[in-house]
Amino acid sequence: MPFESIADPTYLRSIVRVSLTVSLTAVLLSTALSLPIAFAVGFSEFRGKRLITAVINTGMGFPSVVVGLLVLMALSSSGPFGSLELVYTPEAMILSQCVLAAPVITGVALSSVESVDEAVRDAAYGVGGTRADVALITLKEARFGVVTGVLAGFGRAISEVGSVLIVGGNIAYADGTSKTRTITTAITLETRRGEFETALVLGAVLLALVLLVNGVVMRLGGR
Amino acid sequence: MEYRRREILGASATGIAAAVAGCLGSGGDGGEAGIAGEELALATTTSTYDTGLLDEVNAAFQERFGTPVAANAQGTGAAIESARNGNADVILVHARSQEDEFMRDGHGVNRRDLMFNDFVIVGPSDDPAGVGDTEQATAAFDAIANAQAPFVSRGDDSGTHTKELAIWDAAGVEPGGEWYQELGQGMGNTLNNASESGSYTLADRGTFLSMQDNVDLEILLQGPIEGGPELLANPYGIMAVNPEIHSNVNYQLAMAYIGFFTSPAGQDVVSNYTANGQQLFYPEALSEDPDFQQYVPEGWQSDGDSE
Repeated sequence: MPFESIADPTYLRSIVRVSLTVSLTAVLLSTALSLPIAFAVGFSEFRGKRLITAVINTGMGFPSVVVGLLVLMALSSSGPFGSLELVYTPEAMILSQCVLAAPVITGVALSSVESVDEAVRDAAYGVGGTRADVALITLKEARFGVVTGVLAGFGRAISEVGSVLIVGGNIAYADGTSKTRTITTAITLETRRGEFETALVLGAVLLALVLLVNGVVMRLGGR
Repeated sequence: MEYRRREILGASATGIAAAVAGCLGSGGDGGEAGIAGEELALATTTSTYDTGLLDEVNAAFQERFGTPVAANAQGTGAAIESARNGNADVILVHARSQEDEFMRDGHGVNRRDLMFNDFVIVGPSDDPAGVGDTEQATAAFDAIANAQAPFVSRGDDSGTHTKELAIWDAAGVEPGGEWYQELGQGMGNTLNNASESGSYTLADRGTFLSMQDNVDLEILLQGPIEGGPELLANPYGIMAVNPEIHSNVNYQLAMAYIGFFTSPAGQDVVSNYTANGQQLFYPEALSEDPDFQQYVPEGWQSDGDSE
C-alpha cells in the first residue's frame, strides 16, 4: 500500500482517536477554566463588567489561524516556551483548541446564568436562602445553557482546522498511525491530493462523531 | 527484538555521525543514552509526501532502525523556516537557492543530493497559448504571457514556486495582470484549481503523475526526464539541522536518516516507487564520480587560506 488509505481501518481509527482525544481534552480543560469565570462574573456586579463581557464575546470570534500562529510562535523551539518541546504534538493542539473553545463556553454559560429570571433569585432569597443557595438555584436553572455552551465549545474545537494544522503539522507515521493528524487536517490533505471522495467520507465521519457526542451529552443532561 | 534494533541504531547512528562529521564533539552527551520513544522530525515538501514516496521510505527506515519518522509536509520555504526555528531534525526540500542560503547561514550541515525528477508545464488540452509548440520553458512562459492565458502560481515560496519565478526571470517576463493568479496553496490544490479553471501551471512530475486521474490537464512541455529543457530539472536535497545552533535537535537520528536515504537500500526504495505504473523519482545520491558541490552552496569556492 503506497499511501495511507481510508480503506485501512487502522488509519481511520487512529485519526478519529487523535481528533477525539485532542478536542475532548481541550473542552474538558477549557470547561474547568471557563465555568468558574462565567459564574464569578455572572453572580457579581462590578465596574467594567460590560467590558469583560464584551472581551469574552469577542473571543468567540477569534480566528483559529491566528490562535495557531500565536501558539506556534510561543511553543517553537526558538520561542519563549521552546524548552517544553511541544511544537507539532497533540499537546500543542490541545492548547490551541483550549484557547479557541474557552471564550465560547464562558460566553454562552455567562449569558445563560445572567438570563435566569430575576424572580427566581428573589424567590430563593425570599424563602431564606443564603448566597450559596441562591447560586445553586441559579445554576440549576441555567444548566441547559451551560451544557449548550460546552457543546458549542466542542463543536468549535473538533471542526476547526486552521490552528491544528499550524501547531500540529498534520503528521502521520508511515505505518498509518496518526500523531497529529485529525479528521479535519486529513480532509485538507485528501482535498490537496484530489481525493475528493475520501475527503467527503471523512467529512461524514466527522459529522457523525459530532452528532454522537451531542447525543450522549444531551442524554446525560437529561434533556 | 526491539531492544536489539535500538542497539543497532545507536551504534550505526554514532558510526555514521562519527564518520561524516569526523568528530562527535559535544554532540554525544545530550541525554542520548537510549533512543526509546524517540522519533525523527522531518520537515519536507508536499511533493515528496503527497505522492506517497515518504511513507515507503519511512516505513523502511522504521523497520530497520525501530524509530518512527514524523513527517511534516509543507512547502520548501515553510519547511526551511521551521528548521530555522529548530522545529525539525532534518529537512528534505527542492530549491537549491533556498537550501544554499540555509547552509550559508549555518543552520544546516551535511547537505546531500538525494534524488531528482523534473517539472512539467501542464495546461488544458486545447492549449490556447500554444505551449505544446515550444521547446524551451522560457518560450513556453513567454507564449502564455503573450496570449494572456490564465496561469495559476503556487505563490507559497515552495520549491516549485521558486522554480517558476526563476523561469519567468529567465524569460524576461514580469508576470502580472488578471491572467496570473497566485494561490498560496500546495501542488495538489494548485493542480485542482488549474484543472477547474482551465489554467496553465508548473508542476513537479511526481505530484502530477500521482494526480493525473483526478485532473483534466495535460503535459504540454516535458522536463529533462522526457527530453525536455534542462531548466525544468527538479533536484531534491536533504540536510541535517545544525546541532550547534539548535541544541534540541536529534542530530544523530537525522544523520542516520540521511545515511539510510542515501544508501543503496534507501535509493532502491526511491527507484522502485511508482504511481500509475510510472516511476516518480530518480535516485541521485550514489555515483561513481565524486560530487563535492553537493556539500557546499552552488558555485562556492574555498577562500584559499585553508588550503
